[in-house]
Amino acid sequence: MQANRTQELQDRVRAAVNDRQMLKIVGGNSKHFYGNPDAVNSNRSEIIETRIHQGVITYEPTELVITVRAGTPLKDIELLLKDNNQMLPFEPPHYGEHATIGGVVASGLSGPRRPFTGSVRDFVLGIKMINGKGEVLSFGGQVMKNVAGYDVSRLMVGALGTLGLLLEISIKVLPLPQAEITQRMSMSQQEALDTMHRLFQTPLPLSALSYVDRQLYIRLSGAHSAVTSAKNRIGGDTMVHAENFWQQLNEQTHPFFTDQEHVQKPLWRLSVPFCAEIDTEEKSYIDWAGALYWLHSDRDAKEIQQLASNAGGSASLYKAENNDERFMPLHSKMKQLHLNLKMKFDPYGIFNFGRLYSDL
Amino acid sequence: MMQAEFLSVLLYHCLMTTATKANRKNLLAYLHQVLPKSNILHTPEQTLPYESDGLTAYHQKPWLVVLPETTEQVQQVLALCYHEGVPVVARGAGTGLSGGALPLANGVLLSLAKFNRILDINPSNRSATVEPGVRNLAISEAVAEFGLYYAPDPSSQIACTIGGNVAENSGGVHCLKYGLTVHNILQLKIITIEGEAVTIGSHALDTPGYDLLALMTGSEGMLGVIVEVTVKLLPKPEQAQVILAAFDDVVKAGEAVGAIIAQGIIPAGLEMMDNPAIRAAECYAHAGYPIEAEAILLCELDGTHEEVTEQIRQVEILLKQKGATSLRTSQTDDERLQIWQGRKSAFPAVGRISPDYYCMDGTIPRYQLPYILKRISELAKEYDLLVANVFHAGDGNLHPLILYDANVPGELKRTEAFGGKILDLCVQAGGSITGEHGVGREKIDHMCVQFKSLELQTFHDIKDAFDPHRLLNPGKAVPSLHRCAELGGMHVHDGQLSHPELERF
Repeated sequence: MQANRTQELQDRVRAAVNDRQMLKIVGGNSKHFYGNPDAVNSNRSEIIETRIHQGVITYEPTELVITVRAGTPLKDIELLLKDNNQMLPFEPPHYGEHATIGGVVASGLSGPRRPFTGSVRDFVLGIKMINGKGEVLSFGGQVMKNVAGYDVSRLMVGALGTLGLLLEISIKVLPLPQAEITQRMSMSQQEALDTMHRLFQTPLPLSALSYVDRQLYIRLSGAHSAVTSAKNRIGGDTMVHAENFWQQLNEQTHPFFTDQEHVQKPLWRLSVPFCAEIDTEEKSYIDWAGALYWLHSDRDAKEIQQLASNAGGSASLYKAENNDERFMPLHSKMKQLHLNLKMKFDPYGIFNFGRLYSDL
Repeated sequence: MMQAEFLSVLLYHCLMTTATKANRKNLLAYLHQVLPKSNILHTPEQTLPYESDGLTAYHQKPWLVVLPETTEQVQQVLALCYHEGVPVVARGAGTGLSGGALPLANGVLLSLAKFNRILDINPSNRSATVEPGVRNLAISEAVAEFGLYYAPDPSSQIACTIGGNVAENSGGVHCLKYGLTVHNILQLKIITIEGEAVTIGSHALDTPGYDLLALMTGSEGMLGVIVEVTVKLLPKPEQAQVILAAFDDVVKAGEAVGAIIAQGIIPAGLEMMDNPAIRAAECYAHAGYPIEAEAILLCELDGTHEEVTEQIRQVEILLKQKGATSLRTSQTDDERLQIWQGRKSAFPAVGRISPDYYCMDGTIPRYQLPYILKRISELAKEYDLLVANVFHAGDGNLHPLILYDANVPGELKRTEAFGGKILDLCVQAGGSITGEHGVGREKIDHMCVQFKSLELQTFHDIKDAFDPHRLLNPGKAVPSLHRCAELGGMHVHDGQLSHPELERF
């Protein structure tokens, strides 16, 4: 479906600027849980929907670039790319059938492939947006190398819509691997971490190293010969229907995320250095070759945050019923720079106020 | 037009002589309180070596040069300059090609040359923490014993430093597969103009808050001074081989590039050179290039033994199908390096056959290549100048090298006008005026072509968020809206060289 609603969205934002009316940007609403709960501001915010603004603008497979409107469903984009033997290399989670590409970029969430191929921000080449003054702006472009001006496109990734409303996004895409298989082996957490660290330093064609339920999962992607040879070197059992398993993990429909025993507890996501060894009391799912820990815990937030920061990383409260701040506090000068940027892009605090930090 | 020109002269002088409260003598006295005497250069003989960066056509002797050795000294120098309202230009190895480290007549040039230590190598995190004055290649050399390397490899990697790489978001011949500097760093420590230390990013992959790491990368010294960089390292591929393919037509070579990518192969490097560039490089480096070819492609594949063997075969077949007149595939690592030597020395090679050359850095969507090359050769005839084209074909980054002789009256101006036309073409084709060399002073007027006022205003806003008094590298990277307005007016009037009064070369 094609629909260019730039004008309509710009008019909405301009009106909101005039009225100093806060707006909550909603795409497919699949990631509504992510970021600070909007209970604080919800009665003051109006919803502005981006799904009306959709469609692929340009896609030339040999250029390895696709340009789409922000409200385009993620699944449509993935299907189109698959038809052309290509993919979004950062394996974004959907969390719902209506997920849009705008939400993918605003949340900046990447899947198990991330340490090996890169994250959302690594593949964003350009954006068109509406800032908090109601102005339509374009940054970056459709070329892979572009160092003219500051990198505003990547600044938007993970900003949770607090700096502006995304209209269009250009993304670098990659060919689908010729072959992909997953090896599984049973081992303790310590053994798994050691194995992940060892493998991570080798030039094998890895595309995921994940540990859950006492099983290490090693995904290999690339040329047939390379994948087969790596499989023989690594050992383990080759999984059938491995793609279902990876989808469950990435979409959080795997039992680790759905077990009644845990689901009542807050879900934490710890991004740490690869070599960090996090001593969790709780059962955890470790991804990104040891650089990402997921755990359900009702421990005090400060305690979990301390665990992550002691290891040189950070913890975010991914899903919870409480109203705690979701992201770790920023230090003084860093906070000031964030406030300064927010003030420049969105001087009246129109967009998604409080979603990233309660004062931003 | 006269009035427009007069105004722009005024604007230019305002830009270059940002009003400062300090007088030089007082500033020197203050600096002596925070730095050892030998780390402050202020006599004409001492400051002369700093008058240019890699774009030697621009030169300006700095007011003062300081060479701090510790983070605390950088903090003190910046706090002092902030307090006194003195502009500061940071400099690494000075190999930049856009005049980004061009000093100011009334500003402090802050050299990071003494920040040259590798602080930590962490193989299990695949990262290394280094000071900004560490050379690009020195990182790969230092981590080689762990089977790791730092991927971005600008041609100047022997000399250029990592701090400058971050400031310019440098690329190299392997960015198609491994990305630019922005894809290969984890953390920066910067000092703000107020003298405050800020850590941006972390040793983990995700860091809470805005992606200031991306904002800092390529910011050309306008937002802060980098004092520490943590880079990502990659495992050295088991095998790498390069294919040298000759073509009797540049268009065929361009089509071959698209065909390789359509096959689902992402080469580690994919470079194209046209006949004048081939001849110059061969004459200089003796890499065994076919000098009669109209174009050559260098296609490097890396990965596991099996993968490279399989893909080399595929690419060889494909290149033949696409009309390659000869193929040579490296059989040893020495041969591979020899083949690359020609490409990596293309700039100095061209420097040897021409008294002067001017290197452009535009990017285009790859499918526009045949059109752009045709237009460049038409323009070359029009301006009566020779061009050698070196092209990062995989990622659409063109380096036309315009040959000229600065001693021939008028050739300078023609060269610049020609270069400007090429950049206009790149923007019209949906590309950018700079792929990896940065805007600096050189391309500041072309920013007005690529961006409209609202976008430029946003860049000024970002600058303001970090450096409200505009003391860090003023007059670079982002033109004032006034400047663009004046330029626009002038373009309408004569379409000739803008700002002829400005010293460009």
